[in-house]
Amino acid sequence: MNPDSGTIWTVIVGLGIGTYLIRFSFLGLIGGRELPEWLLRHLRYVAVSVIPALIAPLVLWPAATGGETDPSRLLAALIALLVGIWSNSVIGAIAAGMVTLYGVQYLVA
Amino acid sequence: MSDTHRIFWKGFFDCSPFILVIAPFGLLFGVAAGETGLDLVETMSMTVLVIAGVAQFTALALLEDQAPTFLVILISLVVNLRMAMYSAALVPHLGKASLKTRMLAAYCMVDQTFAVAIKQYEHAPQWPLKQKVAFYFGAAVSIIPFWYGFSLLGALVGQAIPESYALDFAIPICFISLVAPMLRSLPHLVAALVAVTLALLLAWMPYNLWLLVAAGAAMMAGARTELWLQERQA
Repeated sequence: MNPDSGTIWTVIVGLGIGTYLIRFSFLGLIGGRELPEWLLRHLRYVAVSVIPALIAPLVLWPAATGGETDPSRLLAALIALLVGIWSNSVIGAIAAGMVTLYGVQYLVA
Repeated sequence: MSDTHRIFWKGFFDCSPFILVIAPFGLLFGVAAGETGLDLVETMSMTVLVIAGVAQFTALALLEDQAPTFLVILISLVVNLRMAMYSAALVPHLGKASLKTRMLAAYCMVDQTFAVAIKQYEHAPQWPLKQKVAFYFGAAVSIIPFWYGFSLLGALVGQAIPESYALDFAIPICFISLVAPMLRSLPHLVAALVAVTLALLLAWMPYNLWLLVAAGAAMMAGARTELWLQERQA
């Protein structure tokens, strides 16, 4: 089921304003004060914490298959991960993942 | 051509290679937004108002997952917290600009403009304010229009793609591809492993709370590992 349009607009506006305030924060209001070291140390790991947590269930239990683990999606995720680590290239990893996904689906179907 | 002009174009060209990253990412966002049920106006509003690809994908994934609205916003904002670091790092260089300039600079603050600008400022700290501002907006003008344009293209093309193409999986693939190159240090790897393990173990928690708990614990694990490595070296 798709989210309704009220929810979508709340997210767009809320996320838009919130993100702008984060960007404006120091440059606009707080000025040159330094962020404490412990906070910086945690912020460094935001991306590698939030994104894997968000993605793991989507990979293992995709909504498109009704939550059933799908070998082609699992393999595609694994290949994207390995190519990304090995090649250090975002675009290369996306390409490898999508090619694997379609390749396996084509072979199985 | 005046110096300021020249520097504007230097910013433009220094940032232009990133168009190669922005283009497919924007395209995929447009397509994925359509998959999640956003219409053209909603997709473009999000792209223009938020201009933060990772957070936009996060919001889509959570909307798809039927997460409560406040959690969709909260978690996507957490992803954007890194921009507070960017904002702070730009103060020594752009802090003396007019309020209007700083307001516009805040809007244009994306990973690529920040990275290109800060590298240049560290290289030429003696530049007068006017030139630093010109460089920054040169970089912004070179990629932000492409972010809009490719999202639009993706949204238009996406409507023509049939369901059977498994595009639902474009979001996970994009995210994995973004994160994988970051996993080359031990603390980053530990954070990611803790995040995945806890997310799967805690999936029973209501309201997507598992995501907050898993991400929070993973950040702490990363920070702890970093400290531990430092102490071992000392």
